[in-house]
Amino acid sequence: MRKAQGSWEKRILKSLNSMCTELSIPLARKRPVGEQKELLSKWNEMGTDEPDLSLFRPVYAPKDFLEVLINLRNPNYENGDSLSFRTHLGLIQVPLKVKDIPELKEFFVELGLTTGQLGIDDSTQVPPELFENEHVRIGQKVLAEQDGAAAQQYIRQGSPTALRADLWALILNISSQPEDILYYEQLKTNVIQHDLLVDSLIYKDVKLTASNDDYYFVFEDYLYQVLLCFSRDTSVLGHFAYNSASPPKSYIRGKLGLEEYAVFYPPNGVIPFHGFSMYVAPLCFLYHEPSKLYQIFREMYVRFFFRLHSISSHPSGIVSLCLLFETLLQTYLPQLFYHLREIGAQPLRISFKWMVRAFSGYLATDQLLLLWDRILGYNSLEILAVLAAAVFAFRAVNLMEVTSLAAAEAVLADLSTLKVMPLLQIFLFATVT
Amino acid sequence: MSRPKNQNYKGHGLSKGKEREQRASIRFKTTLINTLMDVLRHRPGWVEVKDEGEWDFYWCDVSWLRENFDHTYMDEHVRISHFRNHYELTRKNYMVKNLKRFRKQLEREAGKLEAAKCDFFPKTFEMPCEYHLFVEEFRKNPGITWIMKPVARSQGKGIFLFRRLKDIMDWRKGTAGKKLTSLEAPPARSAVNPSGSHDARSSDDQKDEIPVENYVAQRYIENPYLIGGRKFDLRVYVLVMSYLPLRAWLYRDGFARFSNTRFTLSSIDDQYVHLTNVAVQKTSPDYHAKKGCKWMLQRFRQYLASKHGPEAVETLFSDMDNIFVRSLQSVQKVIISDKHCFELYGYDILIDENLKPWLLEVNASPSLTASSQEDYELKICLLEDTLHVVDMEARLTGREKRVGGFDLMWNDGPVSREEGAPDLSGMGNFVTNTHLGCINDRNNQLRQLFRSLQSQKKASS
Repeated sequence: MRKAQGSWEKRILKSLNSMCTELSIPLARKRPVGEQKELLSKWNEMGTDEPDLSLFRPVYAPKDFLEVLINLRNPNYENGDSLSFRTHLGLIQVPLKVKDIPELKEFFVELGLTTGQLGIDDSTQVPPELFENEHVRIGQKVLAEQDGAAAQQYIRQGSPTALRADLWALILNISSQPEDILYYEQLKTNVIQHDLLVDSLIYKDVKLTASNDDYYFVFEDYLYQVLLCFSRDTSVLGHFAYNSASPPKSYIRGKLGLEEYAVFYPPNGVIPFHGFSMYVAPLCFLYHEPSKLYQIFREMYVRFFFRLHSISSHPSGIVSLCLLFETLLQTYLPQLFYHLREIGAQPLRISFKWMVRAFSGYLATDQLLLLWDRILGYNSLEILAVLAAAVFAFRAVNLMEVTSLAAAEAVLADLSTLKVMPLLQIFLFATVT
Repeated sequence: MSRPKNQNYKGHGLSKGKEREQRASIRFKTTLINTLMDVLRHRPGWVEVKDEGEWDFYWCDVSWLRENFDHTYMDEHVRISHFRNHYELTRKNYMVKNLKRFRKQLEREAGKLEAAKCDFFPKTFEMPCEYHLFVEEFRKNPGITWIMKPVARSQGKGIFLFRRLKDIMDWRKGTAGKKLTSLEAPPARSAVNPSGSHDARSSDDQKDEIPVENYVAQRYIENPYLIGGRKFDLRVYVLVMSYLPLRAWLYRDGFARFSNTRFTLSSIDDQYVHLTNVAVQKTSPDYHAKKGCKWMLQRFRQYLASKHGPEAVETLFSDMDNIFVRSLQSVQKVIISDKHCFELYGYDILIDENLKPWLLEVNASPSLTASSQEDYELKICLLEDTLHVVDMEARLTGREKRVGGFDLMWNDGPVSREEGAPDLSGMGNFVTNTHLGCINDRNNQLRQLFRSLQSQKKASS
């Protein structure tokens, strides 16, 4: 796994470097004073800037990453040439251990049919006295006690809208201390003083994705403020201790190969890819204070999101998620899986982008937030794979009738009307297996 | 134009609940070619008539109404989509006059506190007749911004902001052309009178006259609520089936329209910042057609709830209910309440940073053109439900409190959410039957509604 991650990183870095030489833009440079002043005055409305980004391309897109994952092979594992009913027909050919539905039922026990959920039991037909009022009351109590562990348990049933911002902050252990605000201001100063090549990549990504989204375009300015600071935050390097990835290095001009002159580039070690800004966008709904928004995002990234674009064997890593998704589909919806495979529409090709982005930009915001509640509550991303499988199960009838990858994509193009919790419940607890 | 009477038909008002004859087909007419046409054409049993054919239902435009309403005979069952003198509500100068009068009346009858509930429109003065009153108010509040709006135009045309009296003195002298942007249509060659009829003018008159068109000067709301640094206003749909008695329905869906650029008071001349009409935004250099500057009201309501908590949101929305009801009450006695008429209004509401809603204006012909897929679906559903409430097919009993996405907001008195609860009289507190920005599960509701209506019919026949 590490080898694969290493070679993937080399590829990304190569791509970044070649873009750099092609466009003759330095990876980093100090801004002239005039430019610094200008940026400072425009800090709150960077979205109005329209720099020429046409020559920049995103370093990579999720589908490039998927190709890499598909080609992963364990050299120690002998698959055997004969096909049997055990053969995995999906794209991922790495034999990692993933949970099956009985194990998932146990893991996600609070999502069961007999437990109240926000996203289901707060609908208009259900009188609030049955579940919602009590649940809100408990939430307020948890917040009053500032009990992080209780909050994590509580949020498995969903968070009331009014309490969500505080609950997430409690679970992620974010409290806005003066040091934190100071740290953020320092990062902001770094942004003003130095210009990085990745800044342009960030600009381009925001313009391409969040700005074009009907619901997130409003938060464009916040996205720049968060992501530009993020790329200069060296404290993020700390997460590489438990990440199979390593941060890319760059060398001061003329000193190639000399370790004393190596720096991490970008300073936080994370090269943004196409769609990266969508990790931040939903958070803008909850947090309006830039330094708090920043902290929440950073914590979400180093706890969860980094696993979605690095190759590892962790159960919440993207490889495991893909395998979990494919296994669920192959085991519990074999007819659908086989049909899609036959017409050249491997399900993972469609669901990969959902999972890499943690469904951001695909689901309606309120549904997305309910989903991310559960990610925090269970401290695991496996729910993304389960939801992806549940979506396929939900649209199975239509999918059985399609005859091409394009048609399958069309059936699954619009997820904005889906209600996440009922789908998950039906798939895990109400389907006859 | 006369029409032959239909002998089989028995007319009645919807609220009486008497039996009505079903018509074999309903002939409709309209000049609009957007979502409305789609809805009308797809409605079962509805047939389009063109040109001079007889019709049972006409979704007309206001100019036709002005010219033809007074000499058109309509059978009892016939419906038309405007009230004869809707401009009492929709023209800014008339609305202001009616509201001011209503407020005074309230103060006389129920005291200052009650009258204060009508303080939802920014201080407005009609020009040029109230110019001196305006100057007095202007002098009392130096440094604030004012907005000048033409009385009868739409889509943001002709609007400008000012802070100095000098700016409008120029305008009064007829040099206003410099202030107005390129969006402005050239000054009308013929004078447009408040009644709407056009007068021809000889070419001699034109060079000396200032535009006779009426304007209103209104206090500009300098502290609008901003989301992402941007200003927005809300578009809400209210369906009025009659004024005497007052019967009004509120649609659950609507949208917030965002300005494309960040809000700042320093750029008064930047029309794009301050005006949130989509028509104006479409010409802004920042505008990307794909972006869609609209948020559905559900999204807006959720955003506010997560930021301010549910109670604050409840208060805001019930303040908005107050705006709708009182604005309609203020013109109740003035509008000719012809039983053939109904009207779908588009209310424009601005929220300030203290979460107080302000009424900007009421539109008698809200845009029915869709700017995006989501917008299209909203308008289709809105129009379908409007036709359900108008009920040409005579299916409703008249006792319904909800039809699809419409909630009955006012039925000659407040309508309570609870079943069987006493309706409180007068204009006191009421827990209205409104669900603006709430979930609109109209398909389910309509299915249940029509199913039960059908079984009721079977039972009684």
